[in-house]
Parts: sequence; C-alpha cells; structure tokens
Amino acid sequence: MTTLSVRLKHAFAGFTLDAEFDAAPGVTALFGRSGSGKTTVINAVAGLLQPDTGLIRIGDQVLLDTETGHSVPVHRRRMGYVFQEGRLFPHLTVRQNLLYGRWFAGAKHGADVDGVVDLLGIGTLLSRRPGTLSGGEKQRVAIGRALLSNPRLLLMDEPLAALDEARKAEILPYLERLRDETSIPILYVSHSLTEVARLATTLVVIDAGRVVRSGSANALMSDPDVAPMLGLRDAGANLAARVAAQEDDGLTRLQTSAGDLLLPRIDTAIGTALRVRIHAQDIILSRDRPTGLSALNILPVTVTAIRAEDGSAAMVQLRAGNDLLLARITRRSCDALGLTEGMALFAVLKSVAVARQDIGTA
Amino acid sequence: MMLENWLTPDEWRAVALSLQVSFWAMALSLPIGIWVAYVLARYQFWGKQILNTLVHLPLILPPVVTGYLLLISFGRQGPVGGFLESCCGLVFAFRWTGAALAAAVMAFPLMVRAIRLAIEAVDPKLEQAARTLGASKPWVFLTVTLPLILPGVVAGAILAFAKAIGEFGATITFVSSIPGQTQTLPSAIYAVLQVPGGDAQAVRLVLIAIAIAATALVLSEWIGRLVARRIAGS
Repeated sequence: MTTLSVRLKHAFAGFTLDAEFDAAPGVTALFGRSGSGKTTVINAVAGLLQPDTGLIRIGDQVLLDTETGHSVPVHRRRMGYVFQEGRLFPHLTVRQNLLYGRWFAGAKHGADVDGVVDLLGIGTLLSRRPGTLSGGEKQRVAIGRALLSNPRLLLMDEPLAALDEARKAEILPYLERLRDETSIPILYVSHSLTEVARLATTLVVIDAGRVVRSGSANALMSDPDVAPMLGLRDAGANLAARVAAQEDDGLTRLQTSAGDLLLPRIDTAIGTALRVRIHAQDIILSRDRPTGLSALNILPVTVTAIRAEDGSAAMVQLRAGNDLLLARITRRSCDALGLTEGMALFAVLKSVAVARQDIGTA
Repeated sequence: MMLENWLTPDEWRAVALSLQVSFWAMALSLPIGIWVAYVLARYQFWGKQILNTLVHLPLILPPVVTGYLLLISFGRQGPVGGFLESCCGLVFAFRWTGAALAAAVMAFPLMVRAIRLAIEAVDPKLEQAARTLGASKPWVFLTVTLPLILPGVVAGAILAFAKAIGEFGATITFVSSIPGQTQTLPSAIYAVLQVPGGDAQAVRLVLIAIAIAATALVLSEWIGRLVARRIAGS
C-alpha cells in the first residue's frame, strides 16, 4: 500500500512548523486549531509550498528532499487536491472540469468517469457551469475532479468548512464512500472533531506547528490524556455498531460488543456497519443497574483509566465490550462513587443525545 | 452612393492603409503585450519598475519625441534599423511598416494596461488548482489563465487598434506622410487642412475616422460582453 511519510521544518514570521508523521492507508486526519500549520503541511505535500527543510515520500518515491535539492514539480506529483473553496474553473462546464485532470493523466489511466459520477451523485450537473451550482454541489464536483486525475493520494483541506450544516451532512456520506470504496489514501485537514470522528482511520494532532500525538483515530479519541488536545467539551469516543432492527416506534436497534443500543431512526439497511460517536458529557455512570429511568441505553462497562482535570471535572475511560468509551463527570461524583480502575459500572445514555451527524458508516 | 466614388483614390488609399497599419500593429504587438502584462502582473523581479516605465513612456512623452526616437534607432542609419535591413531586409523608415511600428509603440501601453488588469483579476488559486491536476505552467496559462483573461485581451486589442488608427504625431515624424505609402487617415486629414479650401474634403475623412472609432468601440463592447458571459460560468 502507498503510505506517505512527511518530515518538515518551515519558519514563518513568529511561527515555526516542525512536523513529522506517517500516513497509513485510509483517511489520515490532520487535526488542529486554525493557524496551527495544517494547511502548510498539506501544501508542502502538494508542492505548492517549498519548506525550509523537509523530506516527503510516498511509497518508495521521494517527492521532496531539501538535502539533495530534489523536488518533484507540482504537476507531476499526482496529488488530488480538494480545496476548501472548491476552485472549479468558471469557464468550463462541470463535465469539462471533471475531465480536466483526467486529460493530463492520460485518459486511459484516469479512473472510470461514470463510476465517479455515480459515487458522487453529480450525473444531473454535467452540462452546467460552476456559477450555477450550490456550495455542496461544487464541492462534490471538486472531489470528482481530483479523483479523476488518477491521484496517488487525495489531499483535502477543510473541504466542508465553507458549507452550512445541511450541506456538510449531504457531503459526509460521499466522503465515507470514498474511504470505503476506493483504495486511494486521503490526507484530510480539519478542525472539526465531528468530521474527524466520522472519517479518520489515523489521527495526527497538530498544535502550534508541532505534531503532539498521532496514531489510530479510535484509540486517540478514547484516550483521556488526548481529550484536552481535541477539546474537552467535544470529547467522545467511537463505538462500533451494526444495525440489528428497525423498531415500530421510530427507533433503530444497534448491536454493539457491549450490548444493544436504541437510537432514533437511522435510515439504513439492516446489517450496515456503523461508527457511533458517544460524547463524553452525555454519559451517566451508575454503580448499580438503574431502574425506573427514562434513558433507554444501559451498557455494562469497566473503568480503565481516570484522569482528573484542572477544574471540577474528570475524564473516565471505560471498556464497553471491545470498544473504549469516554465519560466526563465531576470529580465530586468520581469521589462519591469511589471510582477506581477495574471497577464494574453501568453507563447510561439517552437515545436522543446521539445526533445524526455523529453516526457514520464504519 | 458607393464609398469608392465618394472618396478620391488618394483618400481611399489613406483609409485602407490606416486599417492595414493598425491591424498589423495590433496583431503583432498582442503576444508581446500579453507576455509583458503577465510578467508585470505576476512576477517580482529586479528592473520591474524600469520595464513598467518603458512600457508606459509613449503614453506620456510628446508623440513627436517618440517618433524621433524611432527615427534615430529604427531609421536606415539607426543601429536597430541598419541591423534589421542587413540581416532580414526589413526596412521601417518611410514605409508602411514604420507606420505600423510607430502605431504599435504608441498603442502598447493601453493594450498592456487592459490585459494586466484582467490578469490581476484572475485568482492565482485557480492556477494552483490546475497545477495540482497535472497541468504544467504553459498548459495552465493556455487552459485557465488565457480563457479567463480573454475579455481583457479583446478589450486591449481593440483599444490598441483604435489608438493605432488615430496615431498621428509619432507616425508623421518617423515615416512622414507619403500618399499611398505612409499617409494614414490622420495624416491625410492634416494634409488636406493645409490646403486653402480643403475643409469640405476634410469633413468626409473626419466622418470616416469617427465611423471607424465608433465601430471599434461598439465591437469591443459586444465581444467583451459575449466573452465575459461565457466565462462567468452561467
């Protein structure tokens, strides 16, 4: 499999980027606040920015080695770049935009046009011009254009940041299909944990120009030590689930390794594998299996780690079947329950607490 | 009334020569104009200000000075003119080619200005996107930049053509006003006005000059709008 390896140093006015990471197949998310250097990294990979020093390799090909002065020019790197603002060519139709990169790749090497058009649902847009498309449609065309240029890697720089919530929800499933149905690795820059949780296989956390953590996305998102870097209020872990049944009262029954989960209707086929992001602050912990409670989901869990925060709260890591969950509770509750590692508890989750945007295909 | 009967043969030749001179002045300076405009719009380099000044100088200099400078450099005794004659048999002095050169030089600043503004309006991010899709720099220019600046190029070309039609001072200084060879429309009007009672004849030529200028302007508006609509992406 093609893997990307990046080592970079670049000085800006009052800011130094010093990043080093490897991207595995699947989606590698570069996560960090605005101005942390994520876009610089992705531009260096694309060749749009020449870093002070750096070594970038994809598979066994060296794209950049500042020590030997070797640098593959932008148009030979075969990086499919999806920009935040789409950057469609306004003077070309959607079809011509799609075929632009394919033409330079040599048509026979390019991916199958009909397949990509189907994958992204842009068949009805082909003869239109970018000026008449909605933001979401533009972004889908931009993704298709990058895919058809026969890239070795897709680079996505906050492709959803310029869209409203409804458009984001429209595009995310296409990105999931891209991850699951193509073999092209994706480097995905984002400052939205929701997107990262839905898409990422590997997570690289960047802060002030430095890689502070990198590794498996699920492992990092369920690590109480990493939670402060991702944002405590946003913290939450992914639970692997499978659609088991559609109930009569509008609920969907999911099967997880820790037990069944009832959530508001998810319109998808029975048997579909899902990843459900459970926010740490939505979980209630109880020593005994609670009764007479409105919450529908009660999962048996075991405490695996406790991390007290500076303020009044604590982050508790729980093992639920094969997955790890995070629960954020007060230190006072922590003490009152006498939480210790290895302790068996029940995690309580309201069905309606899980938002649709936090449920993605696995 | 047919145009041929309305104008004397000399006047007719002056109109035809003006169109010929202006067309070639515009056509041959267009690629250079696009290149200079691109360089000025997109690159920072030593001597940029000097190039910019040189390009704009004919706009500000008295045309007679520009004509004189052309005469001493492109005349048959001039360094450039002498070289071009011995190597390629190309003569400018007192030929229609000289009139075209003078017109091109005088119109160049207007052409470069219009094209440069168009290039500066093109988002370099689109050119970057094209690069990531596999297009080399020349291809990016041909497939993205050029189509997007086409309205500016058309406007610049027509502006240059109109300016070339009206060019008088530098032309008459450089190539004089020889009927049938270097006498353009403005030179013909000037020559007629020197003759007592030539006003009536001048009026006809003046009307033709107005007609050509107005046609050029309307045409540029029309083509510009057509191209802009195609490019706006709607």
